[in-house]
Amino acid sequence: MLYIKNGIVVDPKNKIKAEKMDIFIKDGKIVEEKDVKKSECKVIDASGKLVVAGGVELHSHIAGSKINTGRVMRPEEMRYVRLVAGKFRACVGRILMNAPAIGYEYAKMGYTTAVEPAVPPIGSPHTHEELDSIPMLDKLALPVFGNWHLVLKFVAEKNIEKLKAFIAWALERTKGFGVKVVNPGGVEAWMYGGNMKSLDDKVPGFGVTPREIILSLVEANEKLKLPHSVHLHCNNLGIPGNYTTTVESIKLASKFSNDKRQVLHITHVQFNAYAGDSWRNVASGAAEIAKAVNSENVTIDMGQAIFGPATAMTGDAPFQFTLHKLLGARWSNKDSEVESGAGIVPIAYLPSNPVHTVQWAIGLELGLLCDSNKVVIATDYPNGGPFTEYAYVIAMLMSKKMRENELKRVHQYAQKATVLPTIETERTLEEVINMTRSLPAKILGLENKGHLGIGADADVAIYDMNPLEVDTSSEFEKVYKVFKTALYTIKGGEIIVKDKELVKEVWGRTFWIDATKKVDPSLIKQDLEDYFKYYTVEIENYGVDEAWMRNPQRIKVV
Amino acid sequence: MNIVCTFCGSVCDDGIYEEGKVKRLCKLGSSKFSIENKQRLKAPLVDGKEVSYEEAIEKAAEILVNAKRPLLYGWASTANEAIRLGVILAEKLGGIYDQCASVCHAPGVLAVIEEGLPGGTLGSIKNRAETIVFWGANPMEAHPRHGVRYSISAKGILVKDRKHRKVIVVDVRKTKTAKVADMFVQINPGSDFAIFTALRSILNGNENAVPSEVGGVKKEQLIELANILKNTKYGAILYGLGVSQSRGRDRNVEAAIKLVQLLNRFTRWVIWPMRGHYNVVGAGEIPAWEAGYQYAIDFSRGYPRFFPNEFSAVEVLKRGDCDAALVVASDPAAHFPAAAVKHLKKIPVIQIDPYINMTSLLAKIIIPSAIYGLEAEGSAYRMDGVVLRLKKVVDSPYWTDEDILELLLKRVEELKR
Repeated sequence: MLYIKNGIVVDPKNKIKAEKMDIFIKDGKIVEEKDVKKSECKVIDASGKLVVAGGVELHSHIAGSKINTGRVMRPEEMRYVRLVAGKFRACVGRILMNAPAIGYEYAKMGYTTAVEPAVPPIGSPHTHEELDSIPMLDKLALPVFGNWHLVLKFVAEKNIEKLKAFIAWALERTKGFGVKVVNPGGVEAWMYGGNMKSLDDKVPGFGVTPREIILSLVEANEKLKLPHSVHLHCNNLGIPGNYTTTVESIKLASKFSNDKRQVLHITHVQFNAYAGDSWRNVASGAAEIAKAVNSENVTIDMGQAIFGPATAMTGDAPFQFTLHKLLGARWSNKDSEVESGAGIVPIAYLPSNPVHTVQWAIGLELGLLCDSNKVVIATDYPNGGPFTEYAYVIAMLMSKKMRENELKRVHQYAQKATVLPTIETERTLEEVINMTRSLPAKILGLENKGHLGIGADADVAIYDMNPLEVDTSSEFEKVYKVFKTALYTIKGGEIIVKDKELVKEVWGRTFWIDATKKVDPSLIKQDLEDYFKYYTVEIENYGVDEAWMRNPQRIKVV
Repeated sequence: MNIVCTFCGSVCDDGIYEEGKVKRLCKLGSSKFSIENKQRLKAPLVDGKEVSYEEAIEKAAEILVNAKRPLLYGWASTANEAIRLGVILAEKLGGIYDQCASVCHAPGVLAVIEEGLPGGTLGSIKNRAETIVFWGANPMEAHPRHGVRYSISAKGILVKDRKHRKVIVVDVRKTKTAKVADMFVQINPGSDFAIFTALRSILNGNENAVPSEVGGVKKEQLIELANILKNTKYGAILYGLGVSQSRGRDRNVEAAIKLVQLLNRFTRWVIWPMRGHYNVVGAGEIPAWEAGYQYAIDFSRGYPRFFPNEFSAVEVLKRGDCDAALVVASDPAAHFPAAAVKHLKKIPVIQIDPYINMTSLLAKIIIPSAIYGLEAEGSAYRMDGVVLRLKKVVDSPYWTDEDILELLLKRVEELKR
C-alpha cells in the first residue's frame, strides 16, 4: 500500500488541474482513502511536486526484427554505455538501445506503457520474445494489415464480414492489440519495384486502391468495436508534396462515427506533412493538416524529429529504399512472406540542414496547431530520434521563448518554409500531460491507463516541480530538466524509480485483443487453408500462444 | 503429431511423429529424431563420476564464479529461452559470449555492418522469386528440403512451380545442386569478389572495363548472367560458406550486397545467407537485443563490447585469454584449430549437450540435456529469422538446457552476492 501525500495532481481525464491531493494505492490500483490503512502505507511525501499518471507511449519501435537488425547493422550505436551491470542489467545504446535499456529509460522518464506499432505478422513471435525482455513497461503490439494478401483479397471482394473474421483471427494469432496499416498497397507494389502514389492507384495483382483498403479496414475495425482505431501510416511518406495525400486520408474518417474515440489514428504525421515538389523547395504542410485533423474525428502523433542521430525503420519498404538512394546509406530490407515488408536506413538530423530543420519545425507545428486533445507527443522512435528527448518537445511546446532561441540556431530556411516562427500558442501543463498520458490512453481505449482516478492502474510519475509556482513559458530550462527524469516512477503500485534513480526491476503485462467471439471463424476457414498452402509454416505453427509469453493480458471485445 | 525439425537452418515445421517414427523430414532431420542408437550419458558427470543435476550445476557454478574470464560458447543448437539465459549469465560473470557463427557466417555480419542486408523471408522467395541464385551454397546436400519447401521446386502463389523458376548455381565445383540447376557458372576458388564486381561493372554500363575472363568465367557468360539478373522481376541470391569463408570473406559478402543494392535500381532482388544450425540465427538475434551485438561479446568491464578479432572464441582461446569455458550445444574440440583446442584442454570445461562429442573428452563437467523438438519445448529462429515453436513429443529423464541454465544462473547470482 502506498500513500502519495500532498502532491500537486494534474489529471486531465478527471479534470484535475494542479490541485493539492493525496493518492492511495493498493494491489496495483488507485483506490479511495478509506480502502487503505494509512498506518500500513509506505508514504511518499510529494509536497510541492507534480503528480501525474505514468506516461503512455503511443508509437515507438521498441521490439522485433526491425530494431534488432538496426542494432546489428549499427554497432556504432551500441558502443554508448548507459549502465554497467550490477543490480540492474548492463545498458548500452545511443539512440538504438538494448532491450533492458529501453525499459529502464522509459521508466526514468516517468513512462509506464508503450506500443510497438509495426509487427510483421509472421514475425510476431520474435516481437513478443523481445517485448518480454523489456522490463518496467506494460506493452502492446500492432500487427500490420495493409499489404497482407488475404486483406487485399477480401477488400477486392468487398467482403467486410470476412475481413472482420480475419482481423479477429490475426489479432489472436499475433497477440496483437489493433490494426496497423503501413503504406496500404504500396509495400505490395514495392515487391516489383513500385509504390502507391495516390489513394486511387491500383495495387498490382489485386486491382484495389489504398482508399479502398483504408475504408474497408476502418469499417471492419469499427464494426468489431475494437478498443483502438485503425492506426495508419499514410501513403507517400517522406515525399515532398505528400501533405495532400495525408489530408485526403484524414478526410476518409468523415464516413464513420464513434462517440467514444477517434475512428482513425494517423501516425508520425511529420513525415507526411511536406509541401513543395522537391527537396529543394520543401515546405511545411502542417497548417493544412492541422485544419483537417481539427475538423475530423481523427487523432495523430507528431513523429517529431530531434536533432542528432536516428535510424529510419518502417514497414514502408519502398520509402526506405528511396532513403537509401537519397543518402547513399546502408540499407536493410525484409520482404515478409506475402504479408508485409520493412526497411532500415541510418540517418541524422542536422540543424544546419534546411530539410531537417523543416522536419523539426513541422513536428512542433503539428503539436501547436492541432487541438491538444488530438495530438500525441512522440518521435516515432527511432525514426525521428530518441524517446528520451520528450522533455525537449514538451518544453518547446510550452515556451515561445525557447522556440525563438532554438530557431536562431537552426538553418534559417525554417523561417520561410514553415509557420513555426509565427505561432504564439504555448501549451499549458494540463495540455502536455494530456498529450503524453490521458490522450494516448484514450486513443488506445485503455480505460485504466493515463489517469489517476479510482480504479486506474497504479502507474504514477512524480516530477520535481511545483506547477503552481513555475512559469513554464519563461522557465523552459527547468521544464526540460524536470521532464527529462522523473523523481519517482511507480508501476503497478511498485516504486521503480526513486530520487531519479532506478530502484527496482519489474515486469509488466502485454495486452492483446481477443475479438474471436464477435466473428464467425468458419467464414474464412477455406481462405486460410488455401492460403497457407503458400506459406512456409503450417497454419498450426503460425503465431504466438499465451503460454509462451511472460505475462499476457487478454482483453475480450464483446 | 506435428513436429518441428531441429537439425538445419530450414527448420521444417511439417514433420510428423508417430509411435517413434518420423515422416516427411529428410535423412538428416530424421536422424535427429531417431535416438535409440545415439550415445547419451545416463546422468551428469563430474571428473568422470556420475552425479545429480544439482551437484553438477553447483560444481559448474563454482568454477564459473571463480574464473576471471569464462568463455560461454556454442548456442546454435539450443532454444531461444536457453540462449537468453546464456547471455545474461555471461553478463553476470563478466565473461565472453560467443556462438558458432563466429567460425561460420560471421563475415556476413561484418558485411551487414558495412552495407545492410536487403533480404526477405523464405516465404517471399518461395512465392515471388522467378530467379534464384545459389552462390557457394549446396542446399541439396546441406539443407535437403530447402529446394522443395522454399526455393528450387517450391510451389508459390505467384511463381507457380519449377517450370516458372530459373535456378542458377555459382560454385567452384559441380555440386548436387548445380546438377538440378538451369545454369551452372563454375568459378575459380577465391574469385567471388572479382566476379561480383565484374557483374556490377556490367550492370553499371562499364562492360568495357571487364576483361575477357574473370575468375575462370568468360566475359560472355558474365554478360549473360548480368542480363538474367537484370531482367528478372523478383530474384534471390542465397549464399553459403563458399562466399563467406573463402578468400575475401566479409568483402565477398559486401560485394554481393552491393550487387543486390544495384539490382534494386532496375528490378527487385533480395539476398540472404544459408544458415547452418537450426537456431544459429537465434544465437545472434537474442544477444543483439539483450546486449547489442550478435557474437564475440566481452562483458569483462561490466558492459558488452564487440570485437571479433579479439573476443571470438577461437581468438580468445588462441591467446589463452579465458580460464574456464561453458560449452552449450556445440563441439569446439572437433571444429576449432588445434592451437585453440590446446588451451581448451588446459582449462576447466563445462559441457551442456544432449550427446557426447569430441568436446566431452576434455570436459571436466558434462551435463546431458533433453533434445529440443523431441524431448523439450522452446522457440528457434529459422534461417530467415522466422520464429517457430519446437515441440515436445516424448518424455525424457533429461533436464532441458533452459532448466539447467536457469539453476546455474540462480546459483551464480547467489555465489556472487
